[in-house]
Amino acid sequence: MKMRCLSLHKLLLCAFVCSVLLSRGTNVRAQGQDRAPEYFQSDIQYGAQIFATQCTPCHGTSGDQIPGVNFRAGQFKRVVTDNDLRATITTGVPGTAMQPFAFGASELTGIVSYLRNMSSFDARGLMVGNVANGQALFAGAGNCASCHAVNGKGPRLAPDLGDIGTLRTAEFLHRTLLDPAGSMLPANRSVHAVTKDGKVINGRRLNEDTYTVQLIDEQEHLISLTKADLREFAVLKTTPMPSYKDKFSAQELADLEAYLLSLKGVK
Amino acid sequence: MNHSRRTFFLLLLALLVPFVLRAQVTPERLLHASDEPQNWLTYSGSYASQRYSLLKQVDPSNVKNLELKWVFQAQSLQKFETTPLVVDGVMYITQSPNDVVALDPKTGRVFWIYHFATSPAARPCCGIVNRGLAILGDTLFMATVDAHLVAIDAKDGHALWAVKVADAAAGYAMTMAPLVVKDKVIVGVAGGEFGVRGFIAAFEAGTGKQAWHTDTIPDPDQPGHDSWRGADWEHGGAPVWMTGSYDPELNLTYWGTGNPGPDFNAAQRIGDNLYSDSVLALDPDTGKMKWYFQFSPHDPYDYDSVQVPVLANADWNGSPRKLMFWGNRNGFFYVLDRGTGKFLAGKPFAKVNWASGLDANGRPIATPQPPGEPTYPGIQGATNWYSPSYSPRTGLFYLSTWEDYGTIFAGVNVDYKEGTRFAGGANTSPIPGADNPGGIRQGPVNTYTEALATGGVVALDPQTGQRKWKFAMHDVNTSGILTTATDLLFVGGREGYFQALDARTGALLWKENLGGDIIAGPISFQVDGKQYITITAGNSLFAFGLRE
Repeated sequence: MKMRCLSLHKLLLCAFVCSVLLSRGTNVRAQGQDRAPEYFQSDIQYGAQIFATQCTPCHGTSGDQIPGVNFRAGQFKRVVTDNDLRATITTGVPGTAMQPFAFGASELTGIVSYLRNMSSFDARGLMVGNVANGQALFAGAGNCASCHAVNGKGPRLAPDLGDIGTLRTAEFLHRTLLDPAGSMLPANRSVHAVTKDGKVINGRRLNEDTYTVQLIDEQEHLISLTKADLREFAVLKTTPMPSYKDKFSAQELADLEAYLLSLKGVK
Repeated sequence: MNHSRRTFFLLLLALLVPFVLRAQVTPERLLHASDEPQNWLTYSGSYASQRYSLLKQVDPSNVKNLELKWVFQAQSLQKFETTPLVVDGVMYITQSPNDVVALDPKTGRVFWIYHFATSPAARPCCGIVNRGLAILGDTLFMATVDAHLVAIDAKDGHALWAVKVADAAAGYAMTMAPLVVKDKVIVGVAGGEFGVRGFIAAFEAGTGKQAWHTDTIPDPDQPGHDSWRGADWEHGGAPVWMTGSYDPELNLTYWGTGNPGPDFNAAQRIGDNLYSDSVLALDPDTGKMKWYFQFSPHDPYDYDSVQVPVLANADWNGSPRKLMFWGNRNGFFYVLDRGTGKFLAGKPFAKVNWASGLDANGRPIATPQPPGEPTYPGIQGATNWYSPSYSPRTGLFYLSTWEDYGTIFAGVNVDYKEGTRFAGGANTSPIPGADNPGGIRQGPVNTYTEALATGGVVALDPQTGQRKWKFAMHDVNTSGILTTATDLLFVGGREGYFQALDARTGALLWKENLGGDIIAGPISFQVDGKQYITITAGNSLFAFGLRE
């Protein structure tokens, strides 16, 4: 595979370019050698956007401009597995114009998902997400900033999302916005504890073992509790985060997802 | 020689003979290793592999007084899976990649370190680890990650000989502690994720000359070969990466074999795939197989059956019998007759849905789950290679478990290419966004928590297969187990706690936070009249004794 090295940040800062498509079709089950068991539409669409800006200058929009390589036809020079694809993208191909790309995990998942499904991907109906609009929704109508910080700015009731774009795939973020309780990682669950002397402690779990639990409480104190000292202890499977399924339009969801995917940490 | 000189020499001889005998670990001493509880002469403590110590100084009444005596910090950040040997006042351990270290077991101070330069071609699947040594006479034996067997002088740490056992570039590796039987050093090879053809081989202890070689996948003219189709057997796996056991009366060694290859795409290897996921009974003099028993035919879940075989002589249906106990990675506990390999009983000890049970011959009644649905136990199994223990006093079998742990398996086609991974799977966690279960966390933060799996220690009654008790852990348990003649049970775990339990009830009697994953087995020994218990955690070896 051959790509021309463009600035990723340029892509992410360009609100009209960075987009998340809204068509949520059926997931695609993989066939072939050592591929993911299925590819998700959100990841395919995220990959399509990255491909459009980063890869088409060399590979063309149909992915067939490099001799011996035709993405739509599944024709590669060296690649067999998904891991091969990831390795080729991140390390490049020495002696060719294919340069290494410093993509994060979510971006790699997107590109691989798109390349594996390029032949059946339909770009019609593409609705782009606007990063700036998404940021406004995050701080405003979405009320996300009342619990989540971004790179240390904001409350710590919920995890800081400053690098969420590197930690989560497009599909996972989409699913979380629609079904936050179902998608919440168990490690982030809320805990409710009552000490033997009656003190009530609520917070977000940071770590737990057989004898102790570590959490950040509602007053943003780091607390470590010994379970033997507690009268009550419960890990809650509910979350205060609302579902945005009926709260946001498809366009607004795309905007918010585009903003979250743009958050790559402080490095 | 006059009378006085004769008397002097006889006296000198009388003084020296015990010392000389004491310094030599003879085959006879290895046969009766459990009768020397002050020492720990083999990987599993004895040929029966019960990991049961006769020492009684530490007991339930004083175990709370255990205190740290010393720490040895390994010069490696790799996983620390060694089980020490303790031989007449000297401890021998391994540290990654393939160093041998001789220690003072009272202070942890080092006598010498032997370094083996491993080949860069080594590619063990799951960490550059080593689990320990064997000894005969004054010679230590170590199997290396680049598939060599090395003999080292136990006094000064110099290599005596080294032989290549297999080709590391083809994916062969060795991580086990060898087993010495009579005058032979017996080892097996890892490489089940690289499409190797597994084998067990014996070498003359004095010279390193190969004595015999037994493939774990039969040749085309051998019985069992028809359990493969076409040329699938050539890269069919069945590695042997844990130390076996030995019954001197039957003159049989017992070895567990690992997964068939490719691991997860069973459609590429039609048939039962003998002798993968089996126990093999081999004559230690010839390597000839007397019997086998296959736990998981045609396995698509990587249910390696490499667990250390635990041998016990106990009543079975009212009559004394030579038994073998086996807590398998596939979630079933088995009792076999170790003279014949006959299946006597089998029962799940954890959540299992890949089979609804075992038939009269011990063959699983397979119940494959629909695509996208989790299979229990998951890839790492309901237990794995961590050494179990059996206490003849309690009559209970103890093992570390992963509880309520599943994986969504998905086999995919994979072509064999020498030296590259040959797993054929795209497996996922049933918890969206959680870590891949095969690479479950490596660090101090439990990022997947109880939703993916918990752990514990389980005590099973071998007569019924029923749980007698369970000590629950929040995290999965990767620790080996030690029991003692005072009904104590020592065990670690992923969380870094080292615990002493009441072996009869599972009650917690003592614990210490050692701050790192415990993925080896504890041992006990005695020096200068004082009992010690050691365990590795993180990158260190900790020694505990009673407060004075």
